[in-house]
Amino acid sequence: MTEMTSSLPHAGQHQEDLRVEHLMLDPKPRGEMNAMVMDSMLTTSWKFWVISIFLSLVTAICLFGAWGYLIANGMGVAGINRPAYWGIFIVNTVFWIGISHAGTFVSALLRVFKAEFRRPFTRAAELMTTFGLVQAGLSIFFHVGRVWLAYWMFPFPNQRGLWPSFHSPLEWDFLAINTYLLASTMYLFLPLIPDVAMARDRSTGWRKPLYRILALGFRGTEGEWTHLRTAMNIFAFAILPVMFSVHTIVSWDFAAAMRPGWSSTIFGPYFVVGALHSGVAAVAMVLVVIRATMKNMKYFLRPEHFDAIGKLMLIISMAWAYFYFNDYIVQWYGGDKWTKILMDFQEGGPMNSIWFTMLICNIVIPWMFLWNKKVRRTPWAMFVIGLFINIGMWCERFVIIPMSLTINRMPFTWRMYKPGIEVPLGIGTLAFFILLYMIASRLIPLVPVWEVQEGQMAHSLRKFGKETVVTVSDLE
Amino acid sequence: MDLVKMAKGEEEQQGKWGMIIDQDLCTGCQACVTACAMENNISYVGEDDAAYGRSMHWIRIERFWEGSYPDVKATSFQPVGCQQCGKAPCEPVCPVMATQHSEAEQINLQVYNRCIGTRYCANNCPYQARTFNWRDWERPSPLDNQLNPDVTVRRRGVMEKCTFCIQRIQRVEDVAKSEGREIFDGEVTPACAQACPADAIVFGRLDDPESRVSKLTKSSRNTIMLEDLGTLPRVSFLVGGANHD
Repeated sequence: MTEMTSSLPHAGQHQEDLRVEHLMLDPKPRGEMNAMVMDSMLTTSWKFWVISIFLSLVTAICLFGAWGYLIANGMGVAGINRPAYWGIFIVNTVFWIGISHAGTFVSALLRVFKAEFRRPFTRAAELMTTFGLVQAGLSIFFHVGRVWLAYWMFPFPNQRGLWPSFHSPLEWDFLAINTYLLASTMYLFLPLIPDVAMARDRSTGWRKPLYRILALGFRGTEGEWTHLRTAMNIFAFAILPVMFSVHTIVSWDFAAAMRPGWSSTIFGPYFVVGALHSGVAAVAMVLVVIRATMKNMKYFLRPEHFDAIGKLMLIISMAWAYFYFNDYIVQWYGGDKWTKILMDFQEGGPMNSIWFTMLICNIVIPWMFLWNKKVRRTPWAMFVIGLFINIGMWCERFVIIPMSLTINRMPFTWRMYKPGIEVPLGIGTLAFFILLYMIASRLIPLVPVWEVQEGQMAHSLRKFGKETVVTVSDLE
Repeated sequence: MDLVKMAKGEEEQQGKWGMIIDQDLCTGCQACVTACAMENNISYVGEDDAAYGRSMHWIRIERFWEGSYPDVKATSFQPVGCQQCGKAPCEPVCPVMATQHSEAEQINLQVYNRCIGTRYCANNCPYQARTFNWRDWERPSPLDNQLNPDVTVRRRGVMEKCTFCIQRIQRVEDVAKSEGREIFDGEVTPACAQACPADAIVFGRLDDPESRVSKLTKSSRNTIMLEDLGTLPRVSFLVGGANHD
């Protein structure tokens, strides 16, 4: 009996452990937390400026410079040819749309299901959605042969009565991405209002009018909160089907076409899971960087959060593997001659290293390491695993698009694809994404303070007999 | 339009213009490729781009062989252009309706002015018959003086493909209409058929059972490329001579 009680941690010590472990059980006074977030936003070191100037240069040269060159000279400066009419531009488009999925997934889905660990990083994830979609949109525009006429895809009234074709999966895709961009921007903005109002009350100079405009006169009255909560609730539920539909529709660009390797009925959910795979991994990477570089972030982002994201990554990796092999085995079992040639080409052709990289990065690495709680709780390890998953998912899109296009039903036209100006433009979109994120991290509160405070108010420690128990009250 | 008829695909199946290519007669001389390029203002892309799969030819001679040197057995040459499908996979995928089915001529046309260059149609074409203007290639003098005034010159970023020499069809139709008569068989000849020294390419009306092309389609050697896809091509091939077993 005495032994048992001594093995139990001391009640006070246990409580202290819980406080260190969980952000929700480690409350700080409102004023202090507001000051911490403001501080993290206003503190910039010389490194920040050096990196942002470097990224601006990369964006200017690799993205806008190279794009201008591409427009002036035609698609011939890219590596696409017959039969690989679509190349890395579309790979990057699908990749960035995938990245953008995590924002909504983490924020809306976890909000709807009231997963408490989401609270400190919903905004960081939502920002990824918006900025990822910007890069996806740019990548589509790189791809279009006459980009100056791309607005013809909008159904606008005109004298000649010309309309876009609603038969085309590309048109569905275009409309879906636009819907998603609008919806996700609004969804980013709504939970931002209380935080911007907080920033308005605590800033001076040029920031003051900026935040005053963004806060829309929010004062935090009970009525305003009720309206805001209703709006956020509607959006959280409404944006989920939009999110799932966007990547399903992206997959229809391929699945609706009659090509070996593309014509597959499982592409919809398979693409959604793939998007979440890269997206959640990218959220982990961003959080590691934010935690390491921004002030006060170690308070908000704790090992418990990486732990939770790591579990999510592992589950999604398993789901991805299921869908991949489901697609693969059904195609193989179908016994179509051209599909078989295509599969042989993917596994044993000159570009098969990309196929193997995909499997190793998407399945082997997450399965090997994410079982381990220690790994999940180590930020740098999560960064490395996230990086591998993103490389793997990029390779997956490469396998689906240019590699599958290389093989078609006319063997005379088979030709290898060698990227040209796609490479600088891809680097440019990456630099632009990081640059936008860096600018945003100094302009808007990256941690939703009100959401963290709300969570901390809802959580409390109670004693049941001798045991300390965490309880959560339902505020919403 | 009769929707029931359309659903059954009867309208598409009938067809108006058709072409038949005799692979047993084809010598692979590439005269059709050259004639087509000159008739239709096709750009000359140069060696490097052509080797990289960017040649612009609307018709190409595919050549295959079996075995390895020295036991090589050549199969017959296979001239491939747009098959002018009755149910064309390229048509529904264009987001701006630049790929159109001509109701009057029952062929498949590209509206160059409307094309924004998404290249989806080319991906979805099982015959890889579409070519894309990857650049604005130069036309060194005197090639710029031989442009056909009846055909649009395409700029970079636009998809194009075989039109069955629609400009020739139109001209003959106009003449026949002004003379108040039907078009007689053989009056319309696309550039490729005109140039073929072996007379391997025959063009004519499929809706006229007495035309040469209609009669040839009844041959036992008649085959349709990738027939299992159900695209209902207007082009078919005659294969089965000594060259082929």
